[in-house]
Amino acid sequence: MLRVDVTKQLGEFTLTASFVSEGRVTGLFGASGAGKTSLINMIAGLLRPDRGVIAIDGETLDDTAAKIHVPPHRRRIGYVFQDARLFPHLDVRQNLDYGRRMNHLTDDPAARTRITEMLDIGHLLDRRPGKLSGGERQRVALGRALLSKPRLLLLDEPLGSLDEGRRAEILPYLIRLRDEANVPMVYVSHDAAEMRQLATQIVLLRGGQVTALGGVKVLTAG
Amino acid sequence: MELSPAEWTAILLSLRVAAVATLVATPLGIALAWLLARRDFWGKSALDAAIHLPLVLPPVVTGYLLLLSFGRHGLVGGFLADHLGIVFAFRWTGAALACGVMSFPLLVRPIRLSLEAVDQRLEQASATLGAAPWQVFATVTLPLALPGILAGMVLGFAKAIGEFGATITFVSNIPGETQTISSAIYSLIQTPDGDTAALRLVVISIIIATSALIGSEWFARRATQRLHGN
Repeated sequence: MLRVDVTKQLGEFTLTASFVSEGRVTGLFGASGAGKTSLINMIAGLLRPDRGVIAIDGETLDDTAAKIHVPPHRRRIGYVFQDARLFPHLDVRQNLDYGRRMNHLTDDPAARTRITEMLDIGHLLDRRPGKLSGGERQRVALGRALLSKPRLLLLDEPLGSLDEGRRAEILPYLIRLRDEANVPMVYVSHDAAEMRQLATQIVLLRGGQVTALGGVKVLTAG
Repeated sequence: MELSPAEWTAILLSLRVAAVATLVATPLGIALAWLLARRDFWGKSALDAAIHLPLVLPPVVTGYLLLLSFGRHGLVGGFLADHLGIVFAFRWTGAALACGVMSFPLLVRPIRLSLEAVDQRLEQASATLGAAPWQVFATVTLPLALPGILAGMVLGFAKAIGEFGATITFVSNIPGETQTISSAIYSLIQTPDGDTAALRLVVISIIIATSALIGSEWFARRATQRLHGN
Protein backbone atom coordinates (compact mmCIF):
# COMPACT_ATOMS: atom_id res chain seq x y z
CA MET A 1 0.00 0.00 0.00
CA LEU A 2 1.29 3.41 -1.00
CA ARG A 3 0.25 6.49 0.92
CA VAL A 4 1.17 9.92 -0.37
CA ASP A 5 0.19 13.21 1.19
CA VAL A 6 2.63 15.92 0.16
CA THR A 7 3.08 19.55 -0.77
CA LYS A 8 5.96 20.91 -2.79
CA GLN A 9 6.62 24.39 -4.08
CA LEU A 10 8.56 24.39 -7.37
CA GLY A 11 9.08 28.00 -8.37
CA GLU A 12 5.61 29.37 -9.16
CA PHE A 13 4.14 25.90 -9.27
CA THR A 14 2.51 24.30 -6.24
CA LEU A 15 2.14 20.55 -6.18
CA THR A 16 -0.31 19.12 -3.67
CA ALA A 17 -1.12 15.46 -3.82
CA SER A 18 -2.89 13.18 -1.43
CA PHE A 19 -3.93 9.63 -2.24
CA VAL A 20 -3.76 6.06 -1.04
CA SER A 21 -3.27 3.31 -3.53
CA GLU A 22 -3.51 -0.43 -3.20
CA GLY A 23 -3.77 -1.18 -6.87
CA ARG A 24 -1.31 -3.36 -8.71
CA VAL A 25 -0.72 -0.56 -11.17
CA THR A 26 -1.45 2.96 -10.00
CA GLY A 27 -1.75 5.18 -13.05
CA LEU A 28 -0.59 8.74 -12.50
CA PHE A 29 -2.39 10.49 -15.31
CA GLY A 30 -2.19 14.09 -16.42
CA ALA A 31 -0.99 16.49 -19.10
CA SER A 32 2.67 17.42 -19.21
CA GLY A 33 3.39 20.03 -16.56
CA ALA A 34 0.77 18.58 -14.21
CA GLY A 35 3.47 17.58 -11.72
CA LYS A 36 3.61 13.83 -12.43
CA THR A 37 7.39 13.52 -12.60
CA SER A 38 7.93 15.70 -9.52
CA LEU A 39 5.49 13.50 -7.66
CA ILE A 40 7.21 10.22 -8.47
CA ASN A 41 10.61 11.79 -7.87
CA MET A 42 9.33 12.44 -4.37
CA ILE A 43 8.19 8.84 -4.02
CA ALA A 44 11.66 7.74 -5.19
CA GLY A 45 13.29 10.10 -2.69
CA LEU A 46 15.07 12.13 -5.39
CA LEU A 47 13.03 15.20 -4.45
CA ARG A 48 12.11 16.14 -0.90
CA PRO A 49 8.56 17.30 -0.14
CA ASP A 50 8.21 20.63 1.65
CA ARG A 51 5.53 19.16 3.84
CA GLY A 52 3.85 15.81 4.18
CA VAL A 53 4.14 12.07 4.42
CA ILE A 54 5.06 9.27 2.06
CA ALA A 55 4.69 5.72 3.33
CA ILE A 56 4.79 2.32 1.72
CA ASP A 57 3.38 -0.81 3.36
CA GLY A 58 3.25 1.05 6.68
CA GLU A 59 6.91 2.10 6.52
CA THR A 60 7.42 5.84 6.57
CA LEU A 61 9.79 7.09 3.86
CA ASP A 62 9.15 10.78 4.30
CA ASP A 63 7.58 12.58 7.20
CA THR A 64 8.56 16.22 7.32
CA ALA A 65 6.95 16.76 10.75
CA ALA A 66 9.05 13.94 12.22
CA LYS A 67 12.07 14.97 10.12
CA ILE A 68 12.20 11.59 8.42
CA HIS A 69 13.69 11.33 4.95
CA VAL A 70 14.88 7.92 3.79
CA PRO A 71 17.47 8.49 1.03
CA PRO A 72 16.72 6.95 -2.40
CA HIS A 73 19.27 4.16 -2.08
CA ARG A 74 17.58 2.81 1.07
CA ARG A 75 14.01 2.90 -0.27
CA ARG A 76 14.11 -0.21 -2.42
CA ILE A 77 11.99 1.52 -5.00
CA GLY A 78 12.85 0.76 -8.62
CA TYR A 79 12.63 3.54 -11.18
CA VAL A 80 12.37 3.27 -14.93
CA PHE A 81 13.05 6.69 -16.43
CA GLN A 82 11.69 8.00 -19.69
CA ASP A 83 15.23 8.17 -21.05
CA ALA A 84 16.29 4.72 -19.76
CA ARG A 85 19.51 6.05 -18.19
CA LEU A 86 21.53 2.90 -18.71
CA PHE A 87 25.14 3.18 -17.61
CA PRO A 88 27.08 3.80 -20.84
CA HIS A 89 30.35 2.39 -19.49
CA LEU A 90 28.80 -0.97 -18.58
CA ASP A 91 27.45 -3.63 -20.93
CA VAL A 92 23.86 -4.85 -20.66
CA ARG A 93 24.80 -7.76 -18.40
CA GLN A 94 26.57 -5.44 -15.95
CA ASN A 95 23.71 -2.94 -16.10
CA LEU A 96 21.26 -5.72 -15.20
CA ASP A 97 23.47 -6.92 -12.37
CA TYR A 98 24.07 -3.43 -10.95
CA GLY A 99 21.19 -3.31 -8.45
CA ARG A 100 21.98 -6.75 -7.10
CA ARG A 101 25.61 -5.72 -6.48
CA MET A 102 24.71 -2.44 -4.82
CA ASN A 103 22.13 -4.08 -2.55
CA HIS A 104 24.47 -6.97 -1.70
CA LEU A 105 21.83 -9.47 -2.78
CA THR A 106 22.92 -13.05 -3.41
CA ASP A 107 23.16 -14.11 -7.02
CA ASP A 108 19.79 -15.29 -8.30
CA PRO A 109 20.27 -16.91 -11.72
CA ALA A 110 16.64 -18.04 -11.79
CA ALA A 111 15.34 -14.47 -11.44
CA ARG A 112 17.83 -13.28 -14.04
CA THR A 113 16.74 -15.92 -16.53
CA ARG A 114 13.06 -15.32 -15.87
CA ILE A 115 13.36 -11.56 -16.34
CA THR A 116 15.67 -11.64 -19.37
CA GLU A 117 13.26 -14.09 -20.99
CA MET A 118 10.20 -12.09 -20.07
CA LEU A 119 11.75 -8.98 -21.65
CA ASP A 120 13.49 -10.78 -24.55
CA ILE A 121 16.87 -9.24 -23.84
CA GLY A 122 18.96 -12.41 -23.56
CA HIS A 123 20.65 -11.76 -26.92
CA LEU A 124 21.72 -8.25 -25.89
CA LEU A 125 23.74 -9.11 -22.79
CA ASP A 126 27.19 -8.39 -24.24
CA ARG A 127 26.26 -5.11 -25.91
CA ARG A 128 26.89 -1.60 -24.69
CA PRO A 129 23.85 0.68 -24.30
CA GLY A 130 25.15 2.84 -27.17
CA LYS A 131 24.49 -0.09 -29.54
CA LEU A 132 20.86 -0.62 -28.52
CA SER A 133 17.67 0.72 -30.11
CA GLY A 134 15.36 2.90 -28.02
CA GLY A 135 12.97 0.03 -27.37
CA GLU A 136 15.78 -2.35 -26.39
CA ARG A 137 17.21 0.25 -24.03
CA GLN A 138 13.86 0.66 -22.31
CA ARG A 139 13.47 -3.11 -21.90
CA VAL A 140 16.94 -3.37 -20.37
CA ALA A 141 16.07 -0.48 -18.02
CA LEU A 142 12.95 -2.40 -16.96
CA GLY A 143 15.01 -5.52 -16.33
CA ARG A 144 17.63 -3.57 -14.42
CA ALA A 145 15.04 -2.04 -12.11
CA LEU A 146 13.28 -5.39 -11.56
CA LEU A 147 16.50 -7.26 -10.77
CA SER A 148 17.25 -4.88 -7.90
CA LYS A 149 14.18 -6.56 -6.31
CA PRO A 150 12.22 -3.42 -5.51
CA ARG A 151 9.05 -3.41 -3.43
CA LEU A 152 7.58 -0.78 -5.74
CA LEU A 153 8.37 0.03 -9.35
CA LEU A 154 8.03 3.57 -10.69
CA LEU A 155 7.68 4.01 -14.44
CA ASP A 156 7.90 7.56 -15.75
CA GLU A 157 6.43 7.55 -19.26
CA PRO A 158 8.62 4.62 -20.27
CA LEU A 159 7.12 4.79 -23.75
CA GLY A 160 7.37 8.56 -23.98
CA SER A 161 10.60 8.73 -25.96
CA LEU A 162 9.58 5.98 -28.40
CA ASP A 163 7.77 6.27 -31.71
CA GLU A 164 4.41 4.62 -32.38
CA GLY A 165 5.84 1.33 -33.62
CA ARG A 166 8.20 0.94 -30.70
CA ARG A 167 5.43 1.69 -28.24
CA ALA A 168 3.40 -1.18 -29.59
CA GLU A 169 6.54 -3.28 -29.17
CA ILE A 170 7.01 -2.45 -25.47
CA LEU A 171 3.40 -2.33 -24.27
CA PRO A 172 2.93 -6.13 -24.25
CA TYR A 173 6.04 -6.43 -22.03
CA LEU A 174 4.55 -3.96 -19.58
CA ILE A 175 1.29 -5.90 -19.46
CA ARG A 176 3.28 -9.07 -18.90
CA LEU A 177 5.18 -7.32 -16.15
CA ARG A 178 1.95 -6.31 -14.44
CA ASP A 179 0.59 -9.84 -14.59
CA GLU A 180 3.74 -11.82 -13.85
CA ALA A 181 6.28 -9.76 -11.94
CA ASN A 182 4.32 -9.39 -8.73
CA VAL A 183 5.71 -5.92 -7.98
CA PRO A 184 3.25 -3.06 -7.51
CA MET A 185 3.82 -0.24 -9.95
CA VAL A 186 3.19 3.46 -10.30
CA TYR A 187 2.80 4.21 -13.98
CA VAL A 188 3.06 7.80 -15.20
CA SER A 189 1.59 8.74 -18.55
CA HIS A 190 -0.41 11.36 -20.40
CA ASP A 191 -1.75 8.74 -22.80
CA ALA A 192 -5.27 7.61 -21.88
CA ALA A 193 -5.17 4.55 -24.13
CA GLU A 194 -1.99 3.32 -22.46
CA MET A 195 -3.53 3.89 -19.05
CA ARG A 196 -6.67 1.92 -19.90
CA GLN A 197 -4.55 -1.04 -20.91
CA LEU A 198 -2.25 -1.00 -17.90
CA ALA A 199 -3.60 0.74 -14.82
CA THR A 200 -5.81 -0.81 -12.19
CA GLN A 201 -6.31 2.47 -10.37
CA ILE A 202 -6.02 6.06 -11.54
CA VAL A 203 -4.79 9.23 -9.89
CA LEU A 204 -5.73 12.17 -12.05
CA LEU A 205 -3.38 15.12 -11.74
CA ARG A 206 -4.12 18.58 -13.11
CA GLY A 207 -2.09 21.74 -12.47
CA GLY A 208 -0.41 20.22 -9.43
CA GLN A 209 -3.67 19.03 -7.84
CA VAL A 210 -5.26 15.61 -7.64
CA THR A 211 -8.64 16.11 -9.33
CA ALA A 212 -9.93 12.55 -9.39
CA LEU A 213 -9.20 9.14 -7.91
CA GLY A 214 -10.60 5.76 -8.78
CA GLY A 215 -10.86 3.07 -11.41
CA VAL A 216 -9.98 3.54 -15.09
CA LYS A 217 -13.42 5.01 -15.70
CA VAL A 218 -12.29 8.32 -14.18
CA LEU A 219 -10.33 8.76 -17.40
CA THR A 220 -13.53 9.18 -19.40
CA ALA A 221 -15.20 11.26 -16.69
CA GLY A 222 -12.24 13.63 -16.42
CA MET B 1 72.80 9.87 -28.77
CA GLU B 2 74.93 8.87 -25.79
CA LEU B 3 73.92 10.22 -22.38
CA SER B 4 76.40 10.74 -19.56
CA PRO B 5 75.70 9.29 -16.07
CA ALA B 6 75.04 12.80 -14.77
CA GLU B 7 72.47 13.37 -17.48
CA TRP B 8 70.83 10.05 -16.71
CA THR B 9 70.68 11.02 -13.05
CA ALA B 10 68.92 14.27 -13.91
CA ILE B 11 66.44 12.52 -16.22
CA LEU B 12 65.60 9.77 -13.72
CA LEU B 13 65.28 12.29 -10.92
CA SER B 14 62.93 14.40 -13.04
CA LEU B 15 60.78 11.36 -13.77
CA ARG B 16 60.70 10.36 -10.11
CA VAL B 17 59.91 13.88 -8.90
CA ALA B 18 57.15 14.32 -11.48
CA ALA B 19 55.68 10.85 -10.83
CA VAL B 20 55.55 11.33 -7.06
CA ALA B 21 54.15 14.86 -7.45
CA THR B 22 51.40 13.61 -9.79
CA LEU B 23 50.46 10.54 -7.73
CA VAL B 24 50.18 12.51 -4.51
CA ALA B 25 48.37 15.42 -6.15
CA THR B 26 45.78 13.30 -7.99
CA PRO B 27 43.54 12.20 -5.06
CA LEU B 28 43.61 15.74 -3.68
CA GLY B 29 42.93 17.08 -7.19
CA ILE B 30 39.92 14.77 -7.62
CA ALA B 31 38.50 15.82 -4.24
CA LEU B 32 38.89 19.54 -4.97
CA ALA B 33 37.66 19.18 -8.56
CA TRP B 34 34.57 17.41 -7.24
CA LEU B 35 33.92 20.18 -4.72
CA LEU B 36 34.28 22.82 -7.42
CA ALA B 37 32.16 20.89 -9.92
CA ARG B 38 29.35 19.78 -7.67
CA ARG B 39 29.08 21.85 -4.54
CA ASP B 40 28.23 25.44 -3.75
CA PHE B 41 29.86 26.72 -0.63
CA TRP B 42 31.15 29.89 0.90
CA GLY B 43 34.64 30.72 -0.39
CA LYS B 44 34.33 28.61 -3.53
CA SER B 45 35.74 31.35 -5.79
CA ALA B 46 38.58 31.91 -3.33
CA LEU B 47 39.44 28.20 -3.43
CA ASP B 48 39.29 28.22 -7.22
CA ALA B 49 41.58 31.26 -7.30
CA ALA B 50 44.02 29.70 -4.82
CA ILE B 51 44.31 26.57 -6.98
CA HIS B 52 45.02 28.68 -10.06
CA LEU B 53 47.42 31.03 -8.33
CA PRO B 54 50.61 29.09 -9.21
CA LEU B 55 49.64 29.43 -12.86
CA VAL B 56 49.74 33.25 -12.74
CA LEU B 57 52.23 34.01 -9.96
CA PRO B 58 55.89 34.30 -10.96
CA PRO B 59 57.29 30.78 -10.24
CA VAL B 60 60.06 32.35 -8.18
CA VAL B 61 57.38 33.80 -5.89
CA THR B 62 55.71 30.41 -5.45
CA GLY B 63 59.12 28.87 -4.76
CA TYR B 64 59.96 31.52 -2.22
CA LEU B 65 56.60 31.11 -0.47
CA LEU B 66 57.27 27.37 -0.30
CA LEU B 67 60.69 28.06 1.17
CA LEU B 68 59.15 30.35 3.78
CA SER B 69 56.46 27.87 4.79
CA PHE B 70 58.04 24.47 4.12
CA GLY B 71 61.70 25.35 4.77
CA ARG B 72 63.49 24.12 7.88
CA HIS B 73 62.42 27.18 9.82
CA GLY B 74 59.06 27.57 8.14
CA LEU B 75 55.85 27.07 10.07
CA VAL B 76 54.83 23.85 8.30
CA GLY B 77 58.34 22.68 7.42
CA GLY B 78 59.58 23.03 10.98
CA PHE B 79 56.62 21.10 12.35
CA LEU B 80 56.97 18.28 9.80
CA ALA B 81 60.72 18.00 10.38
CA ASP B 82 60.43 17.96 14.18
CA HIS B 83 57.43 15.68 14.53
CA LEU B 84 57.38 13.44 11.47
CA GLY B 85 60.95 13.63 10.26
CA ILE B 86 59.82 14.83 6.83
CA VAL B 87 62.19 17.37 5.35
CA PHE B 88 61.49 19.22 2.11
CA ALA B 89 64.18 21.87 2.00
CA PHE B 90 66.98 21.04 -0.46
CA ARG B 91 65.69 17.48 -0.91
CA TRP B 92 64.12 15.77 -3.90
CA THR B 93 60.88 15.59 -1.87
CA GLY B 94 60.88 19.39 -1.87
CA ALA B 95 61.28 19.35 -5.64
CA ALA B 96 58.25 17.03 -5.81
CA LEU B 97 56.28 19.41 -3.58
CA ALA B 98 57.20 22.40 -5.76
CA CYS B 99 56.30 20.50 -8.93
CA GLY B 100 53.05 19.29 -7.41
CA VAL B 101 51.98 22.81 -6.46
CA MET B 102 52.99 24.26 -9.82
CA SER B 103 51.25 21.57 -11.87
CA PHE B 104 48.13 21.42 -9.68
CA PRO B 105 45.98 23.85 -11.71
CA LEU B 106 46.70 21.90 -14.89
CA LEU B 107 45.81 18.65 -13.14
CA VAL B 108 42.56 19.91 -11.61
CA ARG B 109 41.05 21.58 -14.68
CA PRO B 110 40.46 18.52 -16.91
CA ILE B 111 39.25 16.52 -13.90
CA ARG B 112 36.76 19.24 -13.03
CA LEU B 113 35.54 19.46 -16.61
CA SER B 114 35.07 15.71 -16.86
CA LEU B 115 33.21 15.59 -13.54
CA GLU B 116 30.94 18.37 -14.75
CA ALA B 117 30.29 16.41 -17.92
CA VAL B 118 29.10 13.31 -16.04
CA ASP B 119 25.32 13.09 -16.45
CA GLN B 120 23.84 13.49 -12.97
CA ARG B 121 20.71 11.69 -14.10
CA LEU B 122 22.83 8.55 -14.29
CA GLU B 123 23.84 9.14 -10.68
CA GLN B 124 20.17 9.40 -9.73
CA ALA B 125 19.48 6.13 -11.53
CA SER B 126 22.34 4.56 -9.61
CA ALA B 127 20.87 5.74 -6.29
CA THR B 128 17.43 4.30 -7.09
CA LEU B 129 19.17 0.98 -7.74
CA GLY B 130 20.46 0.98 -4.17
CA ALA B 131 23.87 2.63 -4.47
CA ALA B 132 24.94 4.73 -1.48
CA PRO B 133 26.54 8.09 -2.37
CA TRP B 134 30.09 6.73 -2.18
CA GLN B 135 29.08 3.78 -4.35
CA VAL B 136 27.52 6.14 -6.88
CA PHE B 137 30.82 7.99 -6.97
CA ALA B 138 32.94 4.84 -7.26
CA THR B 139 30.82 2.98 -9.83
CA VAL B 140 29.35 5.76 -11.98
CA THR B 141 30.98 9.17 -11.49
CA LEU B 142 34.60 8.07 -11.29
CA PRO B 143 34.59 5.58 -14.20
CA LEU B 144 32.81 8.09 -16.46
CA ALA B 145 35.28 10.81 -15.49
CA LEU B 146 38.30 8.51 -15.72
CA PRO B 147 39.56 9.64 -19.13
CA GLY B 148 39.52 13.24 -17.91
CA ILE B 149 41.33 12.23 -14.73
CA LEU B 150 44.01 10.48 -16.76
CA ALA B 151 44.29 13.48 -19.08
CA GLY B 152 44.75 15.73 -16.05
CA MET B 153 47.42 13.41 -14.67
CA VAL B 154 49.31 13.42 -17.97
CA LEU B 155 49.19 17.20 -18.24
CA GLY B 156 50.20 17.61 -14.60
CA PHE B 157 53.06 15.16 -15.08
CA ALA B 158 54.32 17.01 -18.15
CA LYS B 159 54.17 20.33 -16.34
CA ALA B 160 55.96 18.82 -13.32
CA ILE B 161 58.75 17.45 -15.51
CA GLY B 162 59.44 20.89 -16.94
CA GLU B 163 59.05 22.90 -13.74
CA PHE B 164 62.03 25.12 -13.10
CA GLY B 165 61.52 28.45 -11.32
CA ALA B 166 59.75 27.35 -8.15
CA THR B 167 61.90 24.24 -7.81
CA ILE B 168 65.26 25.99 -8.09
CA THR B 169 64.11 28.71 -5.69
CA PHE B 170 62.85 26.25 -3.10
CA VAL B 171 65.35 23.39 -3.25
CA SER B 172 68.22 24.84 -5.29
CA ASN B 173 70.10 22.90 -7.96
CA ILE B 174 71.98 20.04 -6.32
CA PRO B 175 73.14 17.30 -8.72
CA GLY B 176 71.74 13.94 -7.68
CA GLU B 177 69.30 15.43 -5.17
CA THR B 178 67.35 18.30 -6.69
CA GLN B 179 68.86 18.79 -10.14
CA THR B 180 66.09 17.96 -12.60
CA ILE B 181 66.35 18.09 -16.40
CA SER B 182 65.45 21.79 -16.44
CA SER B 183 67.99 22.84 -13.83
CA ALA B 184 70.62 20.61 -15.45
CA ILE B 185 70.03 22.39 -18.77
CA TYR B 186 70.29 25.71 -16.96
CA SER B 187 73.64 24.72 -15.42
CA LEU B 188 74.94 23.36 -18.72
CA ILE B 189 74.26 26.50 -20.73
CA GLN B 190 76.22 28.49 -18.17
CA THR B 191 79.17 26.11 -18.50
CA PRO B 192 81.67 26.52 -21.37
CA ASP B 193 81.31 23.54 -23.80
CA GLY B 194 78.03 22.59 -22.18
CA ASP B 195 76.01 23.19 -25.36
CA THR B 196 75.96 19.64 -26.74
CA ALA B 197 74.94 18.15 -23.41
CA ALA B 198 72.27 20.81 -23.02
CA LEU B 199 70.93 20.02 -26.48
CA ARG B 200 70.71 16.31 -25.63
CA LEU B 201 68.57 17.14 -22.60
CA VAL B 202 66.49 19.54 -24.70
CA VAL B 203 65.71 16.68 -27.09
CA ILE B 204 64.73 14.46 -24.15
CA SER B 205 62.44 17.21 -22.83
CA ILE B 206 60.75 17.58 -26.19
CA ILE B 207 60.19 13.82 -26.42
CA ILE B 208 58.64 13.65 -22.94
CA ALA B 209 56.43 16.70 -23.50
CA THR B 210 55.23 15.50 -26.91
CA SER B 211 54.39 12.03 -25.59
CA ALA B 212 52.42 13.63 -22.77
CA LEU B 213 50.39 15.75 -25.20
CA ILE B 214 49.67 12.79 -27.44
CA GLY B 215 48.69 10.74 -24.40
CA SER B 216 46.40 13.46 -23.13
CA GLU B 217 44.74 13.79 -26.54
CA TRP B 218 44.19 10.03 -26.66
CA PHE B 219 42.52 10.02 -23.25
CA ALA B 220 40.27 12.89 -24.30
CA ARG B 221 39.10 10.88 -27.32
CA ARG B 222 38.44 7.87 -25.10
CA ALA B 223 36.33 10.11 -22.87
CA THR B 224 34.00 11.07 -25.70
CA GLN B 225 33.64 7.45 -26.77
CA ARG B 226 32.90 6.33 -23.24
CA LEU B 227 30.20 8.93 -22.72
CA HIS B 228 28.51 7.87 -25.93
CA GLY B 229 28.51 4.27 -24.86
CA ASN B 230 30.38 2.68 -27.74
